[in-house]
Amino acid sequence: MTTVPTRPAAATAAHRAPRRRRRIGQPIAAVLTAAAVLGVPFWLVIATAGKDQGEALDPNLAPPADWRLWENIAQVYADGRMLPALFGSVLVMVPSVVGVLVLGSMAAWILGRRGGRLSAAVYALGISGIVLPPAVVTIVLLLRQLGLAGTALGMIGVYMGMYLSTVIFFVTGFVRTIPHELEEAARVDGAGPVRVFVRIILPLLRPVLATATILICLYIWNDVFYALFVIGGRIDTLPLNLYQVASAGLYLQNWHLIFAYIILMSLPLLITFVVAQRRIISGITGGAVK
Amino acid sequence: MATVTAGAPRSRHRDHPLWFLVPALAVLVVFFFVPTLFNFVYAFTDWSSFKSAINFAGTDNFVSLFSNGTLLNSLKVTLVYAVLVALFQNLFGLGLALLLERDTAVNRAVRVAFFVPVVMSALAVGYIFQALLKPDGALNGIIGWFTGTEVAIPWLGSTTWTIVVVAIVHAWKWMGLSMLIYLAGLKTIDEDVLEAARLDGASRWTMFRSIRFPLLAPAVTFNVATALLGSMNGFDIVQATTEGGPGGTTELLNIFIFRTFGQGLFAQATTMSLVLFLTVAILAFPVIRYLRKREEVL
Repeated sequence: MTTVPTRPAAATAAHRAPRRRRRIGQPIAAVLTAAAVLGVPFWLVIATAGKDQGEALDPNLAPPADWRLWENIAQVYADGRMLPALFGSVLVMVPSVVGVLVLGSMAAWILGRRGGRLSAAVYALGISGIVLPPAVVTIVLLLRQLGLAGTALGMIGVYMGMYLSTVIFFVTGFVRTIPHELEEAARVDGAGPVRVFVRIILPLLRPVLATATILICLYIWNDVFYALFVIGGRIDTLPLNLYQVASAGLYLQNWHLIFAYIILMSLPLLITFVVAQRRIISGITGGAVK
Repeated sequence: MATVTAGAPRSRHRDHPLWFLVPALAVLVVFFFVPTLFNFVYAFTDWSSFKSAINFAGTDNFVSLFSNGTLLNSLKVTLVYAVLVALFQNLFGLGLALLLERDTAVNRAVRVAFFVPVVMSALAVGYIFQALLKPDGALNGIIGWFTGTEVAIPWLGSTTWTIVVVAIVHAWKWMGLSMLIYLAGLKTIDEDVLEAARLDGASRWTMFRSIRFPLLAPAVTFNVATALLGSMNGFDIVQATTEGGPGGTTELLNIFIFRTFGQGLFAQATTMSLVLFLTVAILAFPVIRYLRKREEVL
């Protein structure tokens, strides 16, 4: 990126100054847009999830005659194997994310510090996965040959292969902004590379690792495409079970159950997001526009 | 003068040992590069679930997929979908960013609300819109309420327009992310520049067109590139709304791959996977270079 004038401090200060005319139209427009664009679909979900099967046959915006949201949620909780799905989602996501963060940071530290043709070539290979799509069919073949087909370990490997590039890209850029002197000071005290990495570099990477964690969690938690190929039918995850509930539910016209499942499966990320929204939003924007 | 440069080459190499690269490279090679190489091999075989032996089959898969039209159709659908998604997602995202630019309490709350679809599962979003867009669904109900007539537009049943509708759904899911990136971009624009333009009597539209939009170039690059790449790899939303229909007019490459894989035609699925790989590889780099060049002009 070349010279883009960035003066965040001055800009925000001027932004806060009450220089502009107060307008009443803008807040109204903002709320109306949100109500039409977001309110309608979300209300459809909640209203339909509160109906019985007959009333939900043709999902519409009318409120249910008799709210039975809890009954529907209780039913999909059991029928959709919610607890195993939650467990499966956590089982593949957490090791994948921790793995890419640790391995990616280790590689990025070296790539950010070493010059030369070899580093440049490895870096180019390392980040090519950001752009290039994974070979989803032959991955299944490879996992079979490795004896990892349908296992959590296989899925974790596939996700790590997909998202290491993202971590290497974000972290290498960040490492280059860390002054060499911080490492040198530790080295003078006799610290080896492992110690320097763990004690000095990793803590400094926190902001960029936070950004990467948010994005990768979002992708893995909601992924259904790669999961269908690798662990479909073997391990439950929340999106995989939604796919099953919906495939069966559409056939049986069970819209109320599909939407009850959607509400239930969205809650973990939604709650996380609401609790940490300020950090999540600043994390994402901080990483993208540098 | 004896200036001590921080770390001569020799010591720097010992301080940053190459073995730190090994674990990441091993995972990348095994789970990313080897399957990709396999793509180039198994696309030329007759690998399927119907027999155990895998034989070399030359370009049979390409010829059959090309001659029955599926290859070109899926390729065309994928490219059209990607362009439409990039267009809508950026229009919506930029529109929202401009609407919600001021840091007021209302705007902050509305921004958070628009980020909720980003957090949701794309599959779930697809099912919600399938219900919303049914001929007797809620959207037609709302239009009918305004026009006072019975409306039964088959939003997901048109061989021409459904791809546009599905692209809009895709853009709806991700517009909150584009909005955030544009908001961050708008924040980096120097207030003094805008003040100077205002004193020169520039209208709001002139200021947007000649100052703010050009300065948003880095945000545009990021948003267009991620939208294009994300939608070329699209699957969830199309699968949940149309499953590739009507008549294959929304059959993305990934939808085709999933369907043929399910039928046990592994070699054909691999061939399409290779087509997707090559298409992205050929298109991505020029697109990114072009967008970068636009930034440098400034």
